[in-house]
Amino acid sequence: MRLHGSEIARVVKAFPTLLRVGVSETVAFRMAFLIWILTATQPLVMMSLMTFIARGQGFRGYSAPAFIAYYLAALIVRQLTGSWVSSRMTEEIRMGTLAMRLLRPIHPFYTFLASQLAAIPLRAAISVVLAAILLATSGAATLPHDLTQLVLAPISITLSWLISFSVFFTIGSLALFLTETTALGTAYFALFSLFSGYLMPLDTLPQPIPVLAGWLPFKFMLAVPVMVMTRELPITTCLHMLGGQLVWVALTLALARWTWHRGIKRFESVGS
Amino acid sequence: MKTLFSRNHETVRAVDGVSFTIERGERVGFLGPNGAGKTTTLKMLSGLLHPTAGECTVDGHVPFRREVALLEKITLVMGQKSQLIWDLPPSETYALNCAVFDIPKPRFHAALEELTELLELGGLLDKPARQLSLGERMKCELAAALLHGPSVLFLDEPTIGLDVAMQLAVRDFIRRYNQAHQATVLLTSHYMQDVVALCPRIIVIDRGKLVHDGDLKALVKALDPDKRVSFTLPHPINDDDALGKLGAVLARDGARITLRVSERELPGVVSHLLGTLEVADLGIEDPPLEDVLRVMFGAAREAAVNE
Repeated sequence: MRLHGSEIARVVKAFPTLLRVGVSETVAFRMAFLIWILTATQPLVMMSLMTFIARGQGFRGYSAPAFIAYYLAALIVRQLTGSWVSSRMTEEIRMGTLAMRLLRPIHPFYTFLASQLAAIPLRAAISVVLAAILLATSGAATLPHDLTQLVLAPISITLSWLISFSVFFTIGSLALFLTETTALGTAYFALFSLFSGYLMPLDTLPQPIPVLAGWLPFKFMLAVPVMVMTRELPITTCLHMLGGQLVWVALTLALARWTWHRGIKRFESVGS
Repeated sequence: MKTLFSRNHETVRAVDGVSFTIERGERVGFLGPNGAGKTTTLKMLSGLLHPTAGECTVDGHVPFRREVALLEKITLVMGQKSQLIWDLPPSETYALNCAVFDIPKPRFHAALEELTELLELGGLLDKPARQLSLGERMKCELAAALLHGPSVLFLDEPTIGLDVAMQLAVRDFIRRYNQAHQATVLLTSHYMQDVVALCPRIIVIDRGKLVHDGDLKALVKALDPDKRVSFTLPHPINDDDALGKLGAVLARDGARITLRVSERELPGVVSHLLGTLEVADLGIEDPPLEDVLRVMFGAAREAAVNE
């Protein structure tokens, strides 16, 4: 993934076409895409449950509108930062078609990156609808009004996207070692659900879950952008959380690079 | 239960001491039975596999480094693996290849026009790849693989699953591309006719080892010098004794007979057939390559057993 000058120029020059073809592919996959989106509606189920529990007295510091805001924001972040790159890589490795990608003079990391970025317009369209619902519902009352925080929210989502892509790229690269990565994906999702705040806000969960979450990447993939979007926070706290995201971007990118590098060495030794 | 905790590993030398050089513009057939190491060799040459020992270079490059300069010169077509984007028309894969290979637009359009004409792709370019027939898809695969103008073609079973007409079209295209671009072609195919029609030189490997490298005709002559003489009699006969004096009867289909005749006896047999038996449709051919290779692989197996 380390590039020399001429390779950077090639990637930059090719990127618009890679994105355009990626958008066409997303549109071609639209039915599968919509079905995939429907499978990511768990926050809506949790929202119904938690608003019911929190009516009146609230629950561990969250009122019913605060839960609505939290879960809708979680759904937006999940829609915008989700990625199917691992399943795509697994499929290509299993079918042997990764070979075709390796014989192109652009590193597969960038071609996969473009294909995942290309899905963002469709994901954003869905997120706009969700955001409109968020603003139109009682959840809007709890949203922050500070302009700086509003500016930091998309930055936090972008960093979350990068961590998410790197993690999924790492899982996909593991298919170069393992014959089957479905179980790995399931294990990942179990950990993600618990430690990212996808299931419940982290501060409503018993110790040591919130403390452990602070040392894992999942919180920085979901809870952090959701908090920046939905809580009135001191700007220093926001910047501190974004700093944590930057660290995880660097760590997960390094992990993705290392796993790919090791995996490809193995692929070059035994083939597929 | 034991296999749950410890797995037995066996080291297999997929390719062992294979050595050859191919000159620019040559068309070489790469033959061997299943599991002989053909695809492994092609993958090593194209940079997908890293040889554990030995040396291999393609146009001065070490393939497994997959340098951009090499990737721009080579292509690998695997009949059973597609590079076309399944849900999009081939034109989208071509646009993608144009971008990643950084092909200048005028050169891209000229190459696409040439390939569209040679492969008769009109009407296929805007059809989703998943809707193309196997033959149509293979033609589109070839175009995708050649748009960047590679000078070295590694073709692994490019005609697999195609009907006879499509096999002929693909063969004809490969020959024309080779002639027009002075491209080097290394071809594997289970269809011997592909090899016979395209490759003056063949390299044969069996169980990872090189067993022949040279002229196709010389190989045939060395292993089975006898000719196949086919003819049609005015009416069917059942007298094998009479025919047996001319040569070994290899096939009999009504009045159509195929004999195996040594080169030395050929003139006499032919004049006898024409002069005495009034045969029609007389044809003289070398033995089919399949038969020759069967003899060769059989001999190699025997030698391996004796070792």
